[in-house]
Amino acid sequence: MNKAYFEILRAGVNTTIQDKGRNHLYHVGIAVSGAIDQRNYMISNRLVENQLNEAVIEFAYQGPLLKLKNGKINFAISGDILFKIIRKDLEAEDGECYKSYILDEEDQIDILSTKNSAYGYLAVNGGFHLEKTWGSYSTNTKANIGPNDGKKYSINDKIFIKKNDIKNPINKKINYNYSPDNIIRIIKGTNFDYFSKDAINKFFKEDFLITNLVDRMGIRLEGPKLENIVNTNIKSEGLVKGVIQVPADGNPIIMLSDHGTVGGYPKISVVIAADLDLVGQLTPGTKINFKEVSLEEAQNIFKAYTEDTNKYLNECN
Amino acid sequence: MIKNISNLGDTAVYCNFGIEVNESINANVIDYFNHLSKLIKEKEVEGITNLTPSYNKLIISFDLTITDYKKIKNLIEGLIIRRDIKNDNQKIKIPVCCDDEYALDITRLIKKLNINKDQILELYFNKEYFCYMTGFIAGMPFLGDLNENIRCERLETPRVKMPKGSVGITEQFANIYTFESPGGWNIIGNTPKKIFDHKNLDQPSLVNPGDKVSFYQITKEEYLNWNE
Repeated sequence: MNKAYFEILRAGVNTTIQDKGRNHLYHVGIAVSGAIDQRNYMISNRLVENQLNEAVIEFAYQGPLLKLKNGKINFAISGDILFKIIRKDLEAEDGECYKSYILDEEDQIDILSTKNSAYGYLAVNGGFHLEKTWGSYSTNTKANIGPNDGKKYSINDKIFIKKNDIKNPINKKINYNYSPDNIIRIIKGTNFDYFSKDAINKFFKEDFLITNLVDRMGIRLEGPKLENIVNTNIKSEGLVKGVIQVPADGNPIIMLSDHGTVGGYPKISVVIAADLDLVGQLTPGTKINFKEVSLEEAQNIFKAYTEDTNKYLNECN
Repeated sequence: MIKNISNLGDTAVYCNFGIEVNESINANVIDYFNHLSKLIKEKEVEGITNLTPSYNKLIISFDLTITDYKKIKNLIEGLIIRRDIKNDNQKIKIPVCCDDEYALDITRLIKKLNINKDQILELYFNKEYFCYMTGFIAGMPFLGDLNENIRCERLETPRVKMPKGSVGITEQFANIYTFESPGGWNIIGNTPKKIFDHKNLDQPSLVNPGDKVSFYQITKEEYLNWNE
């Protein structure tokens, strides 16, 4: 029997396979990668009855146009996404996020764009036919590791699907309350005291703009210049997702999933774990503010965020 | 050993071994790294997701759904580190072609250092280097220390695309661009040797922290016919 697959008729801006991410390789220079928005990634899997760590298609801004070949599948899309399902008789219907669908052979999914967010996720029941590298399906385009030779997808590529028929049609739908927030909570960084009183004041009081320089590695911000009174360089040391570095030009950079594993710019602060999904979804032109919380507060906020995520996941059952 | 331990956000522990860069401080970092790697491998510790050793710091990332800062900090403070835990450091020789088409910044270096190309290369090739860490991009080794006469700050404007295999120097350090990447180091040549191999799952990096590295010069013909 032939394998089912998506034929890529339009690749979209940045379409890759992602999962929970790849650990224990920072020391060789390989970032965790994985889905930028981990909550939406898990929800997409749960909507098609997958394990939470199954591989999904991640897309950014304009997504792919996919045609299903050789099979019939269940799929779902999570995020804040505008998409259509084009049936083989060319009848098009508007797609709804957070809802599972059946897709027939020769049907197409046209992911037109994300709305007030950057990333979305497409999961199919049973997952994709791929091999793991170092225990993960994540694509790391910087080191060319993972599916599709570690590269983003191009037109005419194929993405093979494990199952090619539906035994039990899945019919799930949840109400997801997508509420973008412009207040990003942070914990003071290890070089917080490198910055002048005035810089710290501005950091918490003024707006920072998300520039066009955003990708899976990081987000460059623009705002008041943050004056460094100690040293604009430190000896290179490890980074983690969420670290906010400030280079000599005074404009902060937030590290995301594909960040360089070490860096030599002072760390003014670190975004708390509970706000990382939110930060990854910020789009150019958005203005944000930073708010300081203590480590203990951050841990409590994360606990509440995890409970909230689990509530959505349980709704899918 | 560790001067102080603090939190880097809510999902990482920041171990500070000092501010100086030297082999003895770095050896302390690597001892902790090796010890913790062993504990993780033998599943004697839960929730650690990554270890990032650098010149004089060690960052320990963890999964906040499994553990937290306090628990990892207590673990670190309770460790008794012995140096004999792992000592398989290697001596590695790496070929470099320094023809002008690969030595992208040799003119800049001649001007800045006020010595000629042959002198620069002689000082560069005549030394064994210590690998302090790997990272930034996959497998990139941070080596030191260069002879004092060939130390130079990084490029004023970093290159958007540094060719793969580029061999660079800045301040007291030397490195190798294992992938095409943006970068600001002064490039004095290019190596045809594979420094990072993602198909080698157990040991993807040719050079690892603690290793000793020396470079030797090859001709363009040898470079073009390099086969491994």
